[in-house]
Amino acid sequence: MERTAPLIHDMLRPNKKFPSVWCPGCGNGIVLGCLLRAIKAQGIDHNKVALVSGIGCSGRMPVYADFNTLHTTHGRALAFATGLKLARPDLHVIVIMGDGDSLAIGGNHFIHTCRRNLSMTAIVVNNKIYGMTGGQCSPTTPVDSVATTATYGNIDQPFDISHLAAVAGAAFVGRSTVFHVRELENIISQGLNKKGFALIEAISNCHTYFGRMNRIGQAPDMLKWMKDNTAPVLMDPEKRKDKVTRGVFVDKETIGFLQHYEQLVEKAIKNKELLKQWKQKREHKDDEAEEQAG
Amino acid sequence: MGVKLESKPISKLGYINYQEGNIYYVFHQGNETCAEAALLAGCDFYGGYPITPSSEVAEVLSRRMPQEGRVFVQMEDEIASMASIIGAALGGAKSMTATSGPGFSLMQENLGYAVTAEVPCVVVNVQRLGPSTGGPTSPAQGDLMQTKWGTHGDHPIIALSPTSIQEVLELTIVSFDFAERYRTPVVLLMDEIIGHMRERVGYPRKQDINIFERKKYLEPGEDYKPYSLDYDSDVPPLLSFGEGARYHVTGLIHDEAGFPTLNKKEVTEWYDRLYRKIDKGLDRILLYELYNMEDADTAIISFGISVRVGLEAMQKARQKGLKVGMVKLLTVCPLPEEMLRQVISGVKKVVVPEMNRGQLVLEIDRLNKTGVELIHVGTSDGEIVRPEDVLKALED
Repeated sequence: MERTAPLIHDMLRPNKKFPSVWCPGCGNGIVLGCLLRAIKAQGIDHNKVALVSGIGCSGRMPVYADFNTLHTTHGRALAFATGLKLARPDLHVIVIMGDGDSLAIGGNHFIHTCRRNLSMTAIVVNNKIYGMTGGQCSPTTPVDSVATTATYGNIDQPFDISHLAAVAGAAFVGRSTVFHVRELENIISQGLNKKGFALIEAISNCHTYFGRMNRIGQAPDMLKWMKDNTAPVLMDPEKRKDKVTRGVFVDKETIGFLQHYEQLVEKAIKNKELLKQWKQKREHKDDEAEEQAG
Repeated sequence: MGVKLESKPISKLGYINYQEGNIYYVFHQGNETCAEAALLAGCDFYGGYPITPSSEVAEVLSRRMPQEGRVFVQMEDEIASMASIIGAALGGAKSMTATSGPGFSLMQENLGYAVTAEVPCVVVNVQRLGPSTGGPTSPAQGDLMQTKWGTHGDHPIIALSPTSIQEVLELTIVSFDFAERYRTPVVLLMDEIIGHMRERVGYPRKQDINIFERKKYLEPGEDYKPYSLDYDSDVPPLLSFGEGARYHVTGLIHDEAGFPTLNKKEVTEWYDRLYRKIDKGLDRILLYELYNMEDADTAIISFGISVRVGLEAMQKARQKGLKVGMVKLLTVCPLPEEMLRQVISGVKKVVVPEMNRGQLVLEIDRLNKTGVELIHVGTSDGEIVRPEDVLKALED
């Protein structure tokens, strides 16, 4: 694992704006750390990373990172990212969202982005609650959990983010927690390398609201909960029953939207000179991408 | 009576240099022409969602964009369509979407984002009748005020409204210029009749079009601030993502570097510049044509397809000896207020035909400081305003 101090100087913006907006002990910092180490490990040029986010606590992540950063509207990060990636296939487009952001208001964009299978990496920071607005119930709040909009306990069935992404057609789906830092970093790394859409669910803690209201405790208690209540997906199903699984659930070889589109263009372009120019432009971009990947 | 004012037609911009012998004439529909004109203007990216009466724009571009090696994508809804064109624009693309009323309502959220983050893009709204699902797909001009105020919070916006298919071609090209030049979304406000009507259109060659191209790349040693206050035009260049500038874009109110701020001074500076950049461009942005206004004691003021009705009524009135003039508004947001004030104060009566229950007429009323008689001739039943009804208002 990369030491922290050089990473901060290398990957975070020197001019902005610490301390962060997050509560002490928040998992968002851990997710950001994992992402930055993964980007560094892959040797991706900062100029070619676009970090896109939605609204919520996790949405503030891009402001700190020294990339091309885009803080969008609530739930729409994937749609902004789709336009950006299609216009600029040479960029590594990485999307950070929360559970409410990506699955409630952004649920439609979420399933369709999985289906479209454009090469981007999306991380959903799942803390099972709306943190920024003050602890309201989200689409991943478990049944019977308490939230400020579920004072008698939540009666809505929660989404399983990873399974939803898998059935919607994502090429890569993985899940870990902010307790399992190395594993999370490793899964993000795999996602960054994937051709097609990669979705990573990072289970995180909101001790300020979820932990306090549900009497789980402070940040360390919530991390301990992650340690005790999750298990690797490769473990014997008998032993891991009733536990939340971690690991890589989907890792498909797919052609991806961009390559499909390139094939379509080659069929459609009638002007031979234009076709030649277009191919050269694309090859040039591929070369650049390969160079960055080292 | 009457006013001596010069028209400000599209040709005055000098963007299209029609070359005799190199004009390609076609019998084309408004929506088809809008799509082809977008290609001529250099549109690199189209993200859209089907909705009548605008779908032909998407259909034509789904065929034509790949032929040119450009991107067409059908998004999951209009919210995503609007988001995708903003994302593409930040990557350096000239981008566009097209929709109609219900879709335009969904786009308001991210339209506001494009205003705030100052991202150039073109939004085509082919208006149809009524709120909600309304009366698909009868024509109307009921989205004028939504175009102006549809997204929340104070903000400036540019909207252009063609009255013929040739003007669809020209104003589509102008929309891209204004969007790029002023770093703002531009709404091309059509209506179902303009969208679906067929007329003879003369297409210029691509090389005969000369419009604004944005600066995309960081210069060595440049200290780039995407929202800098240091430009005379008040429009800082928008460098593309991926070209070394590594800046932040947000829908939050931001400082010169793009980072969120609630500092009163910074918020005020940002807001003032947002308005000032449009105000400084008004001389170019405001497009209109005046007909027979020199001796007129009555003025018809209108936009879009209703202008054609107005012109017909004007001719009939002139045949009857009435001194009627006409103002055709091509830029509908912002309005040419100074010109309109002069017109209104120079006549005895103003008639405003429009296919709604009174929207442009409210703006005219606001500018009517001298208490000139003001008559609205509207329809909201899916039918075009009839020239006879306008004539009646002129005669009364």
